[in-house]
Amino acid sequence: MMQSPTRDALTERLLAMADDELILAHRNSEWTGHGPILEEDIAFTNIALDELGHASIWYGLRCELTGEDADRLIFFRNAGQYRNVQMVELPRGDWAFSMLRQYLFDAAEAVTLANLKVSAHRPLAAAAAKIATEELYHLRHTMLWLQRLGRGTEESHARTQAALDTLWPYARQLFVPLPGDGALVAADILPEAASLRREWEARVRPFLAECNLAIPDEALPRRDIPRTEHTEQLMALLSEMQAVARMDPEATW
Amino acid sequence: MSETTITVQAVYEALTHVMDPEIPVISVVDMGIIRGVAVSPEGVTVAMTPSFSGCPALDVMRRDIEAAVRALGAARVTVDVELAPGWSTEAISEAGREKLRRFGLAPPPRHTGDPVAVAFFDSAECPRCGSTNTTLRNAFGPTLCRMIWYCNECRDAFEQFKPL
Repeated sequence: MMQSPTRDALTERLLAMADDELILAHRNSEWTGHGPILEEDIAFTNIALDELGHASIWYGLRCELTGEDADRLIFFRNAGQYRNVQMVELPRGDWAFSMLRQYLFDAAEAVTLANLKVSAHRPLAAAAAKIATEELYHLRHTMLWLQRLGRGTEESHARTQAALDTLWPYARQLFVPLPGDGALVAADILPEAASLRREWEARVRPFLAECNLAIPDEALPRRDIPRTEHTEQLMALLSEMQAVARMDPEATW
Repeated sequence: MSETTITVQAVYEALTHVMDPEIPVISVVDMGIIRGVAVSPEGVTVAMTPSFSGCPALDVMRRDIEAAVRALGAARVTVDVELAPGWSTEAISEAGREKLRRFGLAPPPRHTGDPVAVAFFDSAECPRCGSTNTTLRNAFGPTLCRMIWYCNECRDAFEQFKPL
């Protein structure tokens, strides 16, 4: 039986992973019907649905430990109770912005999942192995897009560079440990955030350079933003996403 | 009928009639998502594994599996979802692959652990004319499990089951 402090830390970490996927899925779904071309509309809608499926796996693992109901978690928490990183709640922006965000996120996910496959918490390891294969399709897709955008026209390059300038500082929050993560690392349940970040940078830095994209200077030291802090964008997103469920909380579907 | 007179074989037989709602020619057994069946005096337990994790048909299949076993007379039916080891298109039976082809959906390319490599670099066989003179149009399709190809012989698009 898992000890209580470890269990609590794990439920917090699972919530963070689930919320990241859910909010990103929701942002991506805003492209449905608005993709630049029909086939891309289809592709990105699929990616949104995949992320929603992955969110449901992480919520499911948490709910097994806590006995909560995933739908209640999703539709009846306020912005301050969400644990996603700010990067995924930002508005979808232009196509370059959404592609770059998806790439940075997917690359982080690929590195994280590869390490979680050997997690001492077996349900977590099983879920990571399952999700990793599906994620390979995303990574390949966004990499092709970034190559085209970064090395395409002057305008596509300028827009993608602008997206990177905005998103790069946000991306570091993906690797900020939660207060309880230390216990999980000690129990071999979770990989260490700093080593994940190193692996992620070793992947994304050369690739972005290949796309003619320059990593912005980080002149000022930044504080680590905890996952309890959100931009005002999350409130708007949640009020839309939760509106129907909150109209009649007792309704069954 | 009580649980003791229901056999494992009868449960499997019933499950061969539970179809994927999005590809109604292939059963959950042919799809390879049934991991095991156990019959005990307490009831019938079916272990299934999800194909694509975000697939909206999974809940429907889970309900249909439960209903099919219940129709055998089982009072208590449990459908357990197991993630490990993760499902792969390699689990689809030979008969299932043939059913996909006849349905007009090219079966997924065979692979030995790296589905993405074959997904992009192998050529798909057109389920209409059998030509391999085909071009990948989109690694994503109308459902999570489909890719869109173009047959240069038929001069028309076709779908392939996505390797996983």
